[in-house]
Amino acid sequence: MPSTPLVEISGLSKWYEDFSALHDISLTVAEGEKVVICGPSGSGKSTLIRCINQLEEHQQGTIRVAGQEVRPGMKGIEAIRREVGMVFQGFNLFPHMTVLDNLTLGPIRNRGMDRAAARKLAMEYLDKVRIAEQADKYPPQLSGGQQQRVAIARALCMQPRVMLFDEPTSALDPEMIAGVLDVMEGLARDGMTMIVVTHEMGFARRVADRVVFMDEGEIVEIAPPEQFFNAPRTERAKLFLGQLLAH
Amino acid sequence: MALFGLVAVAVAFVAWRVNSVLVYDWDWSRVLGFVARFDAETGAWVSNLLLQGLFTTIRLAFWGTILAAIIGLIVGYWRTCDTLALRIISRTYVELIRNIPPLVFIFIFYFFISSQLFPALGLDSIDRDSPWVDNALFRMAFGEPALFTNFLSGLICLALFEAAYITEIVRAGIQSIDRGQWEAGRAIGLSRFNLLRDIIFPQAIRKILPPLAGQFITLIKDSAIISLISVQELTFLASEVAATTSRVFETWILVAAMYFALCYLFAHVFARLERRASRSRR
Ligand SMILES: Nc1ncnc2c1ncn2[C@@H]1O[C@H](COP(=O)(O)OP(=O)(O)O)[C@@H](O)[C@H]1O
Ligand SMILES: [Mg+2]
Repeated sequence: MPSTPLVEISGLSKWYEDFSALHDISLTVAEGEKVVICGPSGSGKSTLIRCINQLEEHQQGTIRVAGQEVRPGMKGIEAIRREVGMVFQGFNLFPHMTVLDNLTLGPIRNRGMDRAAARKLAMEYLDKVRIAEQADKYPPQLSGGQQQRVAIARALCMQPRVMLFDEPTSALDPEMIAGVLDVMEGLARDGMTMIVVTHEMGFARRVADRVVFMDEGEIVEIAPPEQFFNAPRTERAKLFLGQLLAH
Repeated sequence: MALFGLVAVAVAFVAWRVNSVLVYDWDWSRVLGFVARFDAETGAWVSNLLLQGLFTTIRLAFWGTILAAIIGLIVGYWRTCDTLALRIISRTYVELIRNIPPLVFIFIFYFFISSQLFPALGLDSIDRDSPWVDNALFRMAFGEPALFTNFLSGLICLALFEAAYITEIVRAGIQSIDRGQWEAGRAIGLSRFNLLRDIIFPQAIRKILPPLAGQFITLIKDSAIISLISVQELTFLASEVAATTSRVFETWILVAAMYFALCYLFAHVFARLERRASRSRR
C-alpha cells in the first residue's frame, strides 16, 4: 500500500452550538488509498468530509491536505480546495450554465486556465464519465444519474489529488446507481485517492482499502471491507449492519 | 387592447361627470400650448414646460433605475453576507426608509444633500459654461446644465429611497438560492466574488425580475414626490401650468396620460427582458 499521507486528520472535534457533531476524530488517508465511510444517519459523516475542504469549520484538532494545514477562516483556502474535489448527494450543478460551462468554470477561475484549454480538458472528462454528447445541454435537462456523472467530471476538472463523495448515489433512482458507481470504480482503478461516504456495500467491498464506521460523531471501527462486513468487532457496527441488511 | 378600451371608457366617464356636474368648460388649447409651442423667432416647434418635465421624468426614471439597481444589489448582498457590520448597516438603512413616509425622508435627505454633500463634493459650484457640461450629450442625459444640481439631488433622493425596496428584493433573491450552489462553488475553489458573480447573482436576478420590474415602475410613479423639493420634473411643472392656465383637469389628465404611457412602456420592456431571460435558460 502506498504510504505518503495525503489527508491527515488528528484530534478533530466540532460542535454546532453545544451539540457535539464530531468528537476527537483521527484519520490518515494515504495517496492512492480508497476509504469508505459509513454509519447511521446523523453520525457526522458529512460533517467530517466537509471539514476537509472547509465547507464546515472545525473548532479543535488539525487537518492537513497534502502537507498543508487547513484552518478555519484561513486565507488561500481556494488553493487547498483545488486539490480536493467534492461530489454531493444532490449534485449541485449550476442550472443556469451548460454542462460544459459547469466544468470549465473552476479551471478558468481558480486555475487561471484559458477558455480553449479548459474546454479541451472538460471534454476529456466528459468523455471519461461517458456523457460527452450532453456537453451543450443544461443540467435540468439531464437525468439524475447523468447529472451526478457531470458533477464528478466537474470536480475532476480541477485535477484534484483527492476526491470526496458524500452519498453520491443516495438521491438516485435505482437504475441510475450502477452508472455512477462504474465511473467511480474507473476512477479508483486510475489511482485516485478517494474518501467516499456511502452505504453501497458492493462498492465498498470492491473498491475500499478500509471502511471507517462512525456513530454519534466518533470513529467506532476501522477495518478492511471483508473483515468489517463479515465480522465487525463492535456491537454498534453489528447493529448498524443488521439494520442495513434488513432493508 | 381591451385594457386601453377600459381606460378610455373610464376617462370618458369622468369627463362626462365633470361636464355635467361642474358645468365645466373644456379648453385644451392653452394646456396643449404648454406641451410644445411654435417659436416665431426660429420658425420651429420647441418643447414647452410639460414636455420638458416629461423628459426630466424620463431621465430620472432612467438614471434612477440604474442607480437604485446598483445600490440595491450591493446593499442587498450586504443583508446576506457574513460581516456583521455590513448586515447592521444594511438592515438599518432598509428599516429607516421603510418606516418613514417617503416625503419626510426626502425633505430631510434633500437638506443633507444640498447643504452638506454637494458643497463637500464641489458640485454646487460647477462651471456651467465648461465644454464638459455645455454640450448636447450632457443636455440629453441630464437636462439643462443650470438645473443639474437640482436634478441630481432629486435623483439621489429618489434612488436611495427606491433602493431600500430593491435591497429587500435582492436579499430575498439571494436567499432563495439553494445552499448547495454556494457549497458547489466553494468546493471548486471559487473566490467569494466569483461565486457571487458567476453563480449566485445570475440565478437570483432571474428569479427576482418580476418584482424588480414592479419596483422600477413604482420608481417612475414615486418620482412625482420629488417635485416637492422643486425638482423640475413632470409633476412640478404641471402644477405650475395648472396654476397659470387654471385648466386643472386638462393639465392633470394630460399628465396622467404621460405617466401612464411611460410606465406602460417600461413594463413592456421588462416583460420582454423577462421572456428573453427565461428562454435563454432552456
Ligand atoms: N448546520 C447544522 N446545524 C446544526 N446541527 C447540524 C448542522 N449540520 C449537521 N448537524 C447535526 O450534526 C450531526 C451530524 O450531521 P451529518 O454530518 O450531516 O450526519 P451524516 O452525514 O452522518 O448523516 C447531525 O445530528 C446533524 O443534525
Ligand atoms: Mg450526510
